[in-house]
Amino acid sequence: MRCRKCKGKAVLDIPRHHTAFCKACLTEFVCAQVERAIAEERMFTTADRVLVAVSGGKDSLSLLDILRKLGYQADAFYVDLGIGEYSRQSKEKVERYTSARGIPLHVHELKEDEGAGINDLADLVHRPTCSVCGTLKRYHFNRTAVEKGYNVLATGHNLDDEAARLLGNILHWQTEYLEKQGPTLPDSVEGFAKKVKPLYRLAEREIAAYAVVNGIDYIVEECPNAQGAKMLLYKDILNRLESESPGTKQAFYWGFLARQEADKQARPSMAEHDRAVLHPCATCGQPTTGEICSYCKLMARAKKDGPATTVSP
Amino acid sequence: MKVLLNHPVREVEVKGPRRVREVLKELNLLPESVLVVRGDDLVTEDELLRDEDRIEIRPVISGG
Repeated sequence: MRCRKCKGKAVLDIPRHHTAFCKACLTEFVCAQVERAIAEERMFTTADRVLVAVSGGKDSLSLLDILRKLGYQADAFYVDLGIGEYSRQSKEKVERYTSARGIPLHVHELKEDEGAGINDLADLVHRPTCSVCGTLKRYHFNRTAVEKGYNVLATGHNLDDEAARLLGNILHWQTEYLEKQGPTLPDSVEGFAKKVKPLYRLAEREIAAYAVVNGIDYIVEECPNAQGAKMLLYKDILNRLESESPGTKQAFYWGFLARQEADKQARPSMAEHDRAVLHPCATCGQPTTGEICSYCKLMARAKKDGPATTVSP
Repeated sequence: MKVLLNHPVREVEVKGPRRVREVLKELNLLPESVLVVRGDDLVTEDELLRDEDRIEIRPVISGG
């Protein structure tokens, strides 16, 4: 197979775009898609300080790589969840990648700062691990960005992630979550960093290919807690559809975004809505809709139900 | 040819010569969910694989 652009040897075919690229043209394509996402969704400019949440996986390390290649001020943030060998390996990948390129890396250690790893915390509060993990990560992503002076927090969510999440939300008619499914969430109140997903135009396979051809050493191993996760099932179903009908995933998610955009005038903006319902958490000061934020509630419960010396507030 | 699979890591033997798309079909894998790596290079679906080749089929789907 030949590269559609330069006629060199292709390394990846992309049926949804009826194309195939060689190494150099694939890198160019991926960077162009990210640049387009940043511009179209007004995510940030080269004047902004961007904190990239990295996990050691292909998406987040590639995102950091692309943003720096494009000339943005992007640094890294890693949350060590304390999941045994998996966390040890993923942290090593992050440290190796950032130290080799002199990229500032901030690390939050759950075992050190919360007093227990993610599995123990989930057991203590009797909640699914992935749900507790989501609460903790969202909290620390925002808090660290704000405290360290970054005005934008970027995550490596890609087209597959967003299409699968949209499918899950629609299957269960969780319409209240749809509003927050866009690639940009505003820094609507004091204490909130802007949240962006610059990879939303790229499929997971395209990003993995970018990582391989650019020599990014990422963790291929899946998080042991994700086995059997609904997201994997939704992604598999969408990929079956995609294989039969290329372009299905982008038609689904981008179509949703287009409808949301068209519907925008009819609804109050997300920033207006946030300003009406958010105020500082009575315990930590982070923006929340309740009196106490979900992170502080979770930690209070873990502290109450756990051994007194185990969990830090 | 030797085929290295992930999740869990294991190695299987597939008879060559065969195109990448045929190997994926035989292993019941969706092209959209994997990358095929030979040495340090990615190979496309139409690439012919021979008995002496050693490839890695790398999943691209993550649950996070």
